[in-house]
Amino acid sequence: MNHTLSVLVEDKPGVLARVSSLLARRGFNIHSLAVGPSHEEGMSKMTIVVEAPELEQVKKQLHKLINVVKITELDPALAIEREIVMVRVNAPAGRRSDVLEIAAIFKAVAVDVGHNTICFLVAGEPGKINDLLELVRPYGIVDLVKSGRVALARDVKGKQPRLRAVN
Amino acid sequence: MSTISGAQALIRALEHEGVEVAFGVPGGAILPAYDPLLDSPIRHVLARHEQGAGHMAEGYAWATGRVGVCIATSGPGATNLVTPLADALMDSVPIVAITGQVPTSAVGNDAFQEAYTTGITMPATKHNYFVTNVAEIPDVVHEAFHIAGTGRPGPVLIDLPKDILNATTSWRAPTELALPGYKPTVEGHPLRVREAIEMIARAERPVLYVGGGIVKANAAEELRRLAELTATPVTTTLMARGVFPDSHPLALGMPGMHGTYTAITAIQKCDVLVSIGVRFDDRVTGNPAHFAPHAKVVHIDVDPAEIGKVRVPEVPIVGDAGAVMRQMIEAWGERETPDHSAWIDVIRAWQRDHPLRYEQTPDGPLKPQFVVEELHRITGGDAILVAGVGQHQMWTSQFWGFEDPRRWINSGGLGTMGFAVPAAIGAKAGKPDELVYAIDGDGCFQMTSQELITAATEHIPVKIGVMNNGVHGMVTQWQRLFYQRRFSGSQLGNAVDYVRLAEAMGCVGLKAETPDEVAPAIEKSLAIDDRPVVVEFVVDPEEMVFPMVPAGGSNDEVILGPSQTVISPASDLP
Repeated sequence: MNHTLSVLVEDKPGVLARVSSLLARRGFNIHSLAVGPSHEEGMSKMTIVVEAPELEQVKKQLHKLINVVKITELDPALAIEREIVMVRVNAPAGRRSDVLEIAAIFKAVAVDVGHNTICFLVAGEPGKINDLLELVRPYGIVDLVKSGRVALARDVKGKQPRLRAVN
Repeated sequence: MSTISGAQALIRALEHEGVEVAFGVPGGAILPAYDPLLDSPIRHVLARHEQGAGHMAEGYAWATGRVGVCIATSGPGATNLVTPLADALMDSVPIVAITGQVPTSAVGNDAFQEAYTTGITMPATKHNYFVTNVAEIPDVVHEAFHIAGTGRPGPVLIDLPKDILNATTSWRAPTELALPGYKPTVEGHPLRVREAIEMIARAERPVLYVGGGIVKANAAEELRRLAELTATPVTTTLMARGVFPDSHPLALGMPGMHGTYTAITAIQKCDVLVSIGVRFDDRVTGNPAHFAPHAKVVHIDVDPAEIGKVRVPEVPIVGDAGAVMRQMIEAWGERETPDHSAWIDVIRAWQRDHPLRYEQTPDGPLKPQFVVEELHRITGGDAILVAGVGQHQMWTSQFWGFEDPRRWINSGGLGTMGFAVPAAIGAKAGKPDELVYAIDGDGCFQMTSQELITAATEHIPVKIGVMNNGVHGMVTQWQRLFYQRRFSGSQLGNAVDYVRLAEAMGCVGLKAETPDEVAPAIEKSLAIDDRPVVVEFVVDPEEMVFPMVPAGGSNDEVILGPSQTVISPASDLP
């Protein structure tokens, strides 16, 4: 089962290696890992999707790393999760409009055009990304890159009425 | 502010931490650090192998409770430290390893004696550092000692490129620690402490299962008070022998694979298992699904990751063993000490019916257990005992009567053969006025005996008893029991004359081959104090360690003797 962790780490050389080495050593499978500077000075934020039956040991072992400051388990119902995909699809003359129609439904943007292909960029919930890829697959996917999931907790506080997530 | 080199800053930083001795082997990359070391009050012990230096630092840390220090050069010097680092990590031993590294401009280029030390040691240390700014040295050293010696202690490595050691800086005393991700918990949650006390008060068959964490917390006194206050019998793991006196009426002995029948069975039959400073290691639990099947578990440990890792406790408490036990004693308050005489009676019956046993006949082969008991008798048990790994280690842990903490040093978690000789040297360097006696196997001894050259040269007069049975004993035992006596690769042979080997290394060599030669040899070894002494005891290779619960087996099925009688104590309780 996949779980999403948001991990705040000190931005020091080797921290990424420490985290991935620890997860490998403890036998936890990393589905995806995205990391970049956070808004706090000297800190980076990692979004890790871990495949594990349950998360207690994963979190506790990660906490043992000196450079790990805070770990938040993100419940999908209480988090905003997004992935970015760039996909180059076969789109020769005569088929181009089909491909562009599918892209429009998913609000994918053409970021590069070749004589026979179009490269789309799309950001969205992991489910939406998969649906788009499913629909363009019959036309032929020439190349593809996924960014790895990034996620933030939603701003839900106590007894206030829960607002709907924006899509 | 006067200018100093990174190397001078390093040595001064070590002095600032109160380091008294460092065990090391120099080399090209670390050479700049060795120069100011010569003028420093820090004593340098030149080891013969970096692995030896690492185990010496461990032995020093075990004996003194202080952070041990080892120094090595880059490349092979650093990689030779991996085993002691991994050992220290498994057994939570506080050591700081200082390694040289090639200059920063050469890193990543396969330079001479270059190794990716920080990468290689990342999973073998609690934390490590690669220093790229000479001005950081005082803070890095201060942080390293803090991390090594606090919370769950462990090894920390500092990798120092040569150009950094040669760069100039000025001395700036370490500033306040900035470790937002490291805040070990000391005090246990008061509500959990109360829950634990209530559970203990209601227990009918409680057991205290205590381990290395009690040693690290220096909490033997609190343990004794807690045990006596609550009339709870105590079992001490291999890492904790001596934190509770073996002579105490509540002492059960060691649990686990080669524990006493009494300790193993008391845990299996208990209704409350108060676990302090332990990690439910597989050598203790056997198959965890069958471990302490009737018990509600209280688990107290400073490392939150250990709680629930193997067994989910009913009452989890994160905190320092000593602090939490003091809280517990206070929470117990004026309660009366419970009457557990029915439980104790059952325990006494087990002790009476299934004691540890061996048979030494006057003209039969020399039994290793007899050697251990003789050594204990003649020294009055007043020694710091060090062991290697294997049968001899188990017999020593079983048959020596331990009374005090930090008088027993061995490699438990990693089980590193060859640990004994260097660890004994480290212990003696830290406790020069104490008798330090190692009991080693011949297989282990052959791995690290050259460190006796260090002991002789540095005037560290340790005593090593070598249980020579000509084989890798524990492996032979398993091959006898589970591989139809097919002794593959386990027979060392008898090529070595240990007496001459010892003397060739500047030590005194003695030998005992029969039971009546044992006491005189021991007494002679005790009378020599100006040189290390090696006593070879020629012991029976057929002797096996019992009781035994085979790996992965259930602690309800204990093999008591060589006829492989399995005892299942189902009917023992009223």
